Amino acid sequence: MALDDRKSDFNFVGTRPDRPDGLDKVTGRAKFGADVSAPGMLHGAILRSPHAHARIVRINTAKAEAHQDVKAVITRADFSDKPEFRPGLEGEFWNVLENVMAGEKALYDGHAVAAVAATSALAARDALKLIEVEYEVLPHVTDVDKAMAPDAPVIREGAADYSVPEGMHPNVVRYHESGHGDVEAGFAEADLIVEDSFVTEATHQGYIEPHACMGSLGADGRGELWCTTQGHWYAQKYCAALVGIETAQLRVTASEIGGGFGGKTTVFIEPVALALSRKANRPVKVVMSRSEVFRATGPTASASMDIKIGMKKDGTITAAEGIFRLQGGAFPGAPGDMTAMCAFAPYNLTNVRQVGYDVMANRPKQAAYRAPGAPMGAFAVESVLDELCNQLGLDPVEVRLKNAAYEGTKANYGPTYPRIGLVETLEAAKAHPHYAAPLKPGQGRGISCGFWFNHGGETSVSLALSEDGSAQVMVGTPDIGGSRASMALMAAEVLGIPYENIRVTIADTATLGYNDVSHGSRVTYASGLATIKAARHAIERLCERAAAKWGIPVDAVKWENGCAVPSGPNAGDFDPMPLADITADMGATGGPISGHFEATPEGAGVSFGTHIVDAEVDPETGKTSIIRYTVIQDAGKAIHPDYVEGQYQGGAVQGIGWALNEEYIYGEDGRLQNSIFLDYRIPVASDLPMIDTVIVEVPNPGHPFGVRGVGETGIVPPLAAIANAVSNAAGVRMRQLPMTPPRILAALKDNG
Amino acid sequence: MVEVHLWSGLRSLTGGRQVVEVEAKTTGELLRELVRAHPQLQAPIDAGVSIAIDGRVIASGLTEPIPPGAEIYLMQRLRGG
Amino acid sequence: MSKLHVSTTVNGDAVEYLCDPRETLLDCLRDKLNLTGAKEGCGTGDCGACSVTVDGRLVCSCLMLGVEAEGKQIETVEGIADGDILHPLQKKMIEYAALQCGICTPGILVAAKSLLENNPNPSEEETRYWLAGNLCRCTGYDKIIRAVMDTAAEMREAS
Repeated sequence: MALDDRKSDFNFVGTRPDRPDGLDKVTGRAKFGADVSAPGMLHGAILRSPHAHARIVRINTAKAEAHQDVKAVITRADFSDKPEFRPGLEGEFWNVLENVMAGEKALYDGHAVAAVAATSALAARDALKLIEVEYEVLPHVTDVDKAMAPDAPVIREGAADYSVPEGMHPNVVRYHESGHGDVEAGFAEADLIVEDSFVTEATHQGYIEPHACMGSLGADGRGELWCTTQGHWYAQKYCAALVGIETAQLRVTASEIGGGFGGKTTVFIEPVALALSRKANRPVKVVMSRSEVFRATGPTASASMDIKIGMKKDGTITAAEGIFRLQGGAFPGAPGDMTAMCAFAPYNLTNVRQVGYDVMANRPKQAAYRAPGAPMGAFAVESVLDELCNQLGLDPVEVRLKNAAYEGTKANYGPTYPRIGLVETLEAAKAHPHYAAPLKPGQGRGISCGFWFNHGGETSVSLALSEDGSAQVMVGTPDIGGSRASMALMAAEVLGIPYENIRVTIADTATLGYNDVSHGSRVTYASGLATIKAARHAIERLCERAAAKWGIPVDAVKWENGCAVPSGPNAGDFDPMPLADITADMGATGGPISGHFEATPEGAGVSFGTHIVDAEVDPETGKTSIIRYTVIQDAGKAIHPDYVEGQYQGGAVQGIGWALNEEYIYGEDGRLQNSIFLDYRIPVASDLPMIDTVIVEVPNPGHPFGVRGVGETGIVPPLAAIANAVSNAAGVRMRQLPMTPPRILAALKDNG
Repeated sequence: MVEVHLWSGLRSLTGGRQVVEVEAKTTGELLRELVRAHPQLQAPIDAGVSIAIDGRVIASGLTEPIPPGAEIYLMQRLRGG
Repeated sequence: MSKLHVSTTVNGDAVEYLCDPRETLLDCLRDKLNLTGAKEGCGTGDCGACSVTVDGRLVCSCLMLGVEAEGKQIETVEGIADGDILHPLQKKMIEYAALQCGICTPGILVAAKSLLENNPNPSEEETRYWLAGNLCRCTGYDKIIRAVMDTAAEMREAS
């Protein structure tokens, strides 16, 4: 779509109405994953490996099966490695199955090895103790650098793909290298080169709602699944494959979802509930405990990174090089390639080279976490930029502006950027009162830029009009942050009827075509685009009916402010015909009026942000306080600004947790040491200041209203911005996250 | 002919070439022709690629038209959270 | 294990249930009384999603046994609105877009209501510390704190 076709004057878009699900959510009425039950329902529980790496010699389920409260016990043998309709599970299907229920080996502390269904949740938990598992404990590795070392235990032979150079350890399963120019020549031109290494620990998405589902599967191969998920068509496809039934025979309904952030883009307990249900012939509900969530569901990758950047005295970057090693658990999938491609993306670089590794270790299978791979890379790169600015005495915003990518820049990952909004966010940062505000002794300021690609993905939307002129919109992307409000605003804008007259529903898999997961910041972009196009489709039908009533050609009718109107003086002299006048008798004038759109939109539009943060470090205790925080990010077009701000604020605060508190801590035994919220500490209200936001709008040419996704970019800059603030406050460069008080004290001590 | 820029990690599969010329009017044709010219590119394409046409990233579509003279970059398939 | 009979009052209604002595008040509210507004986010008293009041005192219902509810007055999120009239806190939470996914919202509302009953004029710091036991992963708390403080101001004006 050309830029000048795009709508820029809006009646509904950009306003801040109440969300349609608000009442249900403030009264306790909204149904989340664990909030359902069914007649005859059983409760499932899962037995998990206490070992980081062990061969499963034998599982004896006889005692559990004999217990009167137990109705089914399952192990890997109850899943389908070779389902009838998808012969031979391979690739990611096999990986997901192996993660859902261990096969020959338990690959991490918390890996599922068996499950039971019993008449109560307590009985199910008790019955797990009756299952006897004999393990042969194997050597394990949990650290990324150690997992790449020649003597590291091998997690799985043959998991590496085409990309891995010969001679690497079998735990290295993917290699990425890209860039352009001649970095050696570039470094030769530099007045100053800073080379440094950085480490980040794995963090968890930390959604407050644990995974929960209820499954029902009969011997006839037909099933029902209710679950909390970011993508119920994905759940349908994977569960059907894992239990060996046809995809269409499993109907999946998405519950209200209590947070996801990427962690609910796959299945864990859902195939288990279905397999238990098939064996017990009753519905089975499975709800994870918090400890299970930490031990067995998707943390992000941990990372070890080496960065080298050369700069001239005037701040021009002459060359940049990064090596990013990401550990993603006992399966391929750590986003080393994404880290490599995103880390230098904000800058206009003549010479750049980036290398990414995907490394396996004895930890849970990493899952996507908000701009997966990007935050850690930004932490390393933006820390080195900060150090260069400090050593050359240059202003960090000016240096970023001097090197910033803009329309026409050759991106570090190859192509030439179309219209992007990085410079606008930097200019807004420079002009923001926060950037000029004085700092007190002991305080430091940090800034960072961040980049994320954003995504489109398969999308289906149906819009049906009612006789009274109201509209129902069926979308297939679970609402994780207020998207129903955004969809209703976009539909209202196109149809010209009030926001309140539109009801948006998250359709189940049986009532709408396929939809990709709510991920990649794609919902407002892709489901929004599809909603707009479905509404336009319905308007075509409405115009046809009006034309027939007026007896004029359909191309002589146009749609304006919720009414059919003649397209010009030659079309005839008719009063505007409101939508409700057309729908009132639609059954008799041609039948129900609906609009549909199905496609894979391919114009998501990349996104940039700049964050400013002030931190104060207590030199006695090493404790860091965030004093002030400002998020500036390009939204393309903010459909419902409240929820755009909410995404900015939420991303920043998750970043604060990652930077200061949150980490997976493994013991020498390979067991996770901090699997509850008391020990894995996410930010609480008293840790934080207000989070200021600035919404920059540089419209995305790939969306009818200019939308760019906003969900993920907001977590990219905080790690680096906070590390820079803390380093400037403490007077010592912090190279490892999280910057816990002991690490800060140790750094201060090392610095003398 | 369309010039397709590969990421540098793929040079080992194309005899050291980072720019490959193929005849293609759509993204699907382009991938097919890439494999015909350099069969070892089948592996990265199977693992998932995206194609940037004049800076616009086509995540997975095989039917996107390729205008004459367009700037084409092959990229690793994007993933989101 | 034999079950125990409990008689208690929830949101003003007399109720009874049979429970295993190991079951928490949260289990009983959700599974026996079908009051699923309170959520289990952690089961260890760290997240506050299960917040209720017991005889006026704010507690995590996952840390209290179901049998301990005998003879008590329990208030849950389901009892905050007066029929179809929302409590000012509920209205402000919607107006301020102070929820994204909404899983923490029931606990936040119960805790915030308890705050305003104890302190009708809380400072930002007091509000943040009072709600420090209620985890929210979506919002960064900004809009929640603003909604609670604005509710307090409005209720002071009204009274």
